[in-house]
Amino acid sequence: MVNRVNKKEQLTVDAKTDNLEQVLDFINEQIELCDCSMKVQIQIDIAVEEIFVNIANYAYQDKIGQAEVQTEIQEDPLTIFITFIDSGIPYDPLAKEDPDTTLSAEDREIGGLGIFMVKKSMDNISYEYKQGHNILTLQKALV
Amino acid sequence: MNIKKTIKGKKMIIALDGKLDTNTAPQLEAAIREGEDSITVLEFDFANLQYMSSAGLRVLLSAQKIMNNQGEMIIRNVSGEIMDIFDITGFIDIFNIKK
Repeated sequence: MVNRVNKKEQLTVDAKTDNLEQVLDFINEQIELCDCSMKVQIQIDIAVEEIFVNIANYAYQDKIGQAEVQTEIQEDPLTIFITFIDSGIPYDPLAKEDPDTTLSAEDREIGGLGIFMVKKSMDNISYEYKQGHNILTLQKALV
Repeated sequence: MNIKKTIKGKKMIIALDGKLDTNTAPQLEAAIREGEDSITVLEFDFANLQYMSSAGLRVLLSAQKIMNNQGEMIIRNVSGEIMDIFDITGFIDIFNIKK
């Protein structure tokens, strides 16, 4: 692992759901080097899917724009930081109210579940809008 | 993702193999649509399901709402990873999950 300390990688793709597989492959390549549990890998994949699909569906409305995905792996404790950058409309997914998870099937709403799963499974999420870019970073310990 | 659908009288069994995500959830939705009118039991077999994102949860929730009106929905062979997802989202209390 020593030679992977502070390893950084990045991928830029068109923000389209067709590219989800490519983004997940890119992320999983980084995670698989770290020998983390299947549970953590699935949590990270879900979080990446939710964030990327959100950008693909909403950031550029009807136009096609780009999404940049950066990963950084730090040691002690082994942690991955995944940053999504797009230049679409300003959108802070963290501002969305959490769904009420105690309601019955009839009363449950379809929306808001994805970001809620991300909030619950990641160690930290930060969002900023800076110089025309949405910048969202996920942090998760690879244990 | 592979979807194997079996209809036995008024019961429809859907076995999923692979990942239920943004790109495959519409396939499951279509499979449920086809034939849901005439059934009273909808049973899912998740023995070979490796992954589920919120897109999959949405399809399951809408299937649950339909089956609440015309019978029951059962989910079998749920892995620990998928169970964790049902747990954090509260769906563990909504779905009828059987061993």
